[in-house]
Amino acid sequence: MTTDSSHDGVVHHAPGEHHDHDHDHHGPAYGLMRWITTTNHKDIGSLYLWFSLIMFFIGGAMALVIRAELFQPGIQIVDPMFFNSMTTMHALVMIFGVVMPAFVGLANWMIPMMIGAPDMALPRLNNWSFWIMPFAFAILLSTLFMDSGGPAGGWTLYPPLSLQMGDSFAFVIFAIHFMGISSVMGSINIVATIFNMRAPGVTFMKMPMFVWTWLITAYLLIATIPVLAGAVTMLLTDRYFGTSFFSAAGGGDPVMFQHIFWFFGHPEVYILILPAFGIISSIIPTFARKPLFGYDSMVYATASIAFLSFIVWAHHMFTTGMPLAGSLFFMMSTMLISVPTGVKVFNWVATMWRGAMTFETPMLFAIGFVIMFTIGGLSGLMLAITPADIQYHDTYFVVAHFHYVLVPGAIYSIMAATYYWIPKWTGNMYDETLGKWHFWISTVFVNVLFFPMHFVGLAGMNRRIPDYSLQFADWNMVASIGAFGFGFSQLLFVWIVIKCVRGGKQATDEVWEGARGLEWTVPSPAPYHTFETAPDITKYAVR
Amino acid sequence: MTTTDHSVPTPAPLRHLMRLLVGSCALLPALAIAGWDELNMPVGVTDLSADVHGLHMRIFYVCCAIGAAVFGVMIVSMFLHRKSRGVKPATFHESTKVEIVWTVVPLLILVAMAVPAAKVLIKMEDFSDSEMSIKVTGYQWRWHYDYLDEGIAFYSALDAEQNLARQRGADDALEQFGDTYLREVDNELVVPTGVKIRFLNTAADVIHSWWVPDLALKKDAIPGFINENWATINEPGVYNGKCAELCGRDHGFMPIVVRAVTPEEFQVWADEKRAETLAAIETQHDPRDLPTLLAQGESVYGANCSTCHQAEGQGIPGMFPAIAGSDIATGDIDAHVAMVLHGVDGTPMNAWSGALTDAEIAAVVTYQRNAFGNDTGDSVQPLDVRAARSTALNAATEFDMGVTQ
Ligand SMILES: [Cu+2]
Ligand SMILES: [Cu+2]
Repeated sequence: MTTDSSHDGVVHHAPGEHHDHDHDHHGPAYGLMRWITTTNHKDIGSLYLWFSLIMFFIGGAMALVIRAELFQPGIQIVDPMFFNSMTTMHALVMIFGVVMPAFVGLANWMIPMMIGAPDMALPRLNNWSFWIMPFAFAILLSTLFMDSGGPAGGWTLYPPLSLQMGDSFAFVIFAIHFMGISSVMGSINIVATIFNMRAPGVTFMKMPMFVWTWLITAYLLIATIPVLAGAVTMLLTDRYFGTSFFSAAGGGDPVMFQHIFWFFGHPEVYILILPAFGIISSIIPTFARKPLFGYDSMVYATASIAFLSFIVWAHHMFTTGMPLAGSLFFMMSTMLISVPTGVKVFNWVATMWRGAMTFETPMLFAIGFVIMFTIGGLSGLMLAITPADIQYHDTYFVVAHFHYVLVPGAIYSIMAATYYWIPKWTGNMYDETLGKWHFWISTVFVNVLFFPMHFVGLAGMNRRIPDYSLQFADWNMVASIGAFGFGFSQLLFVWIVIKCVRGGKQATDEVWEGARGLEWTVPSPAPYHTFETAPDITKYAVR
Repeated sequence: MTTTDHSVPTPAPLRHLMRLLVGSCALLPALAIAGWDELNMPVGVTDLSADVHGLHMRIFYVCCAIGAAVFGVMIVSMFLHRKSRGVKPATFHESTKVEIVWTVVPLLILVAMAVPAAKVLIKMEDFSDSEMSIKVTGYQWRWHYDYLDEGIAFYSALDAEQNLARQRGADDALEQFGDTYLREVDNELVVPTGVKIRFLNTAADVIHSWWVPDLALKKDAIPGFINENWATINEPGVYNGKCAELCGRDHGFMPIVVRAVTPEEFQVWADEKRAETLAAIETQHDPRDLPTLLAQGESVYGANCSTCHQAEGQGIPGMFPAIAGSDIATGDIDAHVAMVLHGVDGTPMNAWSGALTDAEIAAVVTYQRNAFGNDTGDSVQPLDVRAARSTALNAATEFDMGVTQ
């Protein structure tokens, strides 16, 4: 790897150079207005990522309130009502405020650089998609300080319980609408970018997996967010305008809400994991120094997962009482999803096989992802077996399952992506020793936190409870210790990121020895504008 | 309240921690022996629950095998194929043969799982030939059981003493209950063994879910709808369960206790319970003296009011008003009775006219007016409550014992 490798095809912004574009300046503006008015994909990517990091600590603090209350049996710290709003808000913040924005941030930073585009296709829309979010979350979080308290009916907002909320309900719905608008605008932008902005020669089947998985994720978002918006609007009219969509007394059906919600909710699960698949598919080949195994089948597997995700929603509802034919159908379709998901895992393992691996921090997080996501996937397979699911449903077994796919799954992929690309973003190498410490401490604690939940769940501990019987005391204490350990070790992550932004060993352009892809052909740090002239892809590997 | 021996002043959390450390060291052998039962789904006491447990164990072993294979290959690879060992990376990146194998083999495993699972599911959904029906209604936050053919109906809520203890939040006080904490109720659901019982689940307010692991029963109780479920219990015993669907503030505090007895014992119990219910209806308007009212009032308060207004009547500022020293509980007695009967619109204060008897309302109002330093010396008689019901706008709120005729 040499730093003086040529960058033909990459435009450098030397003074006096002339470009065939309509930008009237070459670098960012200064001060706060830079961030408010920016239409630059890298700036907006950074905004999303910082926003996500802040929300990660807010959502994490809520999780720690939950685990502190559950440290021992009995009610010690918070009122059960506040406990319920913590579980509700923790979910909403982590899903809509952390994982989704982080993926959008990564998409903003990386997709244009991966496909050789100068920016996103719709830069002003991009600015809007981001700046709606802080307001949406300010509204959502403000409900915690209202007289009636924050939403406390679970993030799934099932009526009639959610309709019992006080007037902060309207604010919650409003906030969800705005998050939805932000997501849909972001998705439209990503689809438009991928379709229209690819450099000549970057065909669909040459796109890196991260671009592919985001393309499919964007479609899932465009298809399902309006469904969520419809469902919450129906709740709003039930609450304030006398409709009875979900009230049996008025001829409605509370279970219909669950069908509509999960028609959004299950694809949402894949919205939270498909970009992670893309990230892992970039990182493992780099550190195994070997091309991704089965690229084509990865693409098809992603597409099949996306398709199947629309026909499995009622597996969240096996206890609501549905016809036998329905239960059988949703059981089979859910089991089927494990096939393409399995293909992905097998492909990653095959990519590692006979490679020449090194284990820098991004690779550690990627391998941690593959192992722990697989554990979550296997418990998901158990959950697909309807008669057993009925017993697992709404217990800590389910809590363990989805936290395994979301924390050492989605969150680990975001950490891996940060360590992988931060040298490109900042031009500096992060502190490798600290990064490894971050990985190992997190991994120990995340398992101490979530692994025992499988067992307390099987033994009969139901979820969303502030207090529990004494026979669950020991393992809850273990989980709480894991939670605090995991939570505080993330401060290390913040320190590593800040340290890297402020300085460190100069990163080379290629950064990683085995890295492939256009993003590694631009200088480190990536200039404010990249690929204003399309790269000549005959010279570089796109993936 | 009986107290446990506190001569060793180790604080409760520390004690747990110590037990835990010892427990963790013993984890692996414990998993193999006794500990496993407490960490796994119960086999239960119905044929169906044994089937479900069988499916659970089968899919669990399948998952373990898949996990062992995948992680095994990964670990070998991480050991052998590392750059530090001086290996040169291979360049292969596809193999149609291998890819077909790892698509088809999982499919076959899935079919092998789906067939037995479907069989159990079909069995679960067979409600024919049931010999007894019990209607289960979820309320915030207790259960109502209605034996449709026996003329018996009653509410079942968390044991009053535990309910008060959990609100006081004193850690050590919880230990007196041992493993029964949050698992005992005031009225157990008594059922006969060897009889196919059909449970009809519904709810009065929000969605609840009636879950008894040993019977492998979990079905949502949805307002306005009725969900079926069934069990034939093989062994007499006490089986615990709880509400599994988030239903508001006290979702964690609505346990279920099913006591299965032989059909003969059940008949005896049913006759007694029926007689008791009738006697309660007959004598419900008899006058009571102050101590009797206070004693009954305390338990009604503990089961119904203390959740919001708190054990000492202090309420929660900003959320639930205090009863101690309140204008209502020390002011006009008729207004007090009316508020309990009809609730307050637009607040969490429910109308209790449908859920409590005249005697219970009389007792709880009397209690509230004499406890928490309110010391009014007032008392209310069941007949006063009946009168208050009939003078009220909606005379139709006469308490319904819930017995289906
Ligand atoms: Cu799902
Ligand atoms: Cu509940």
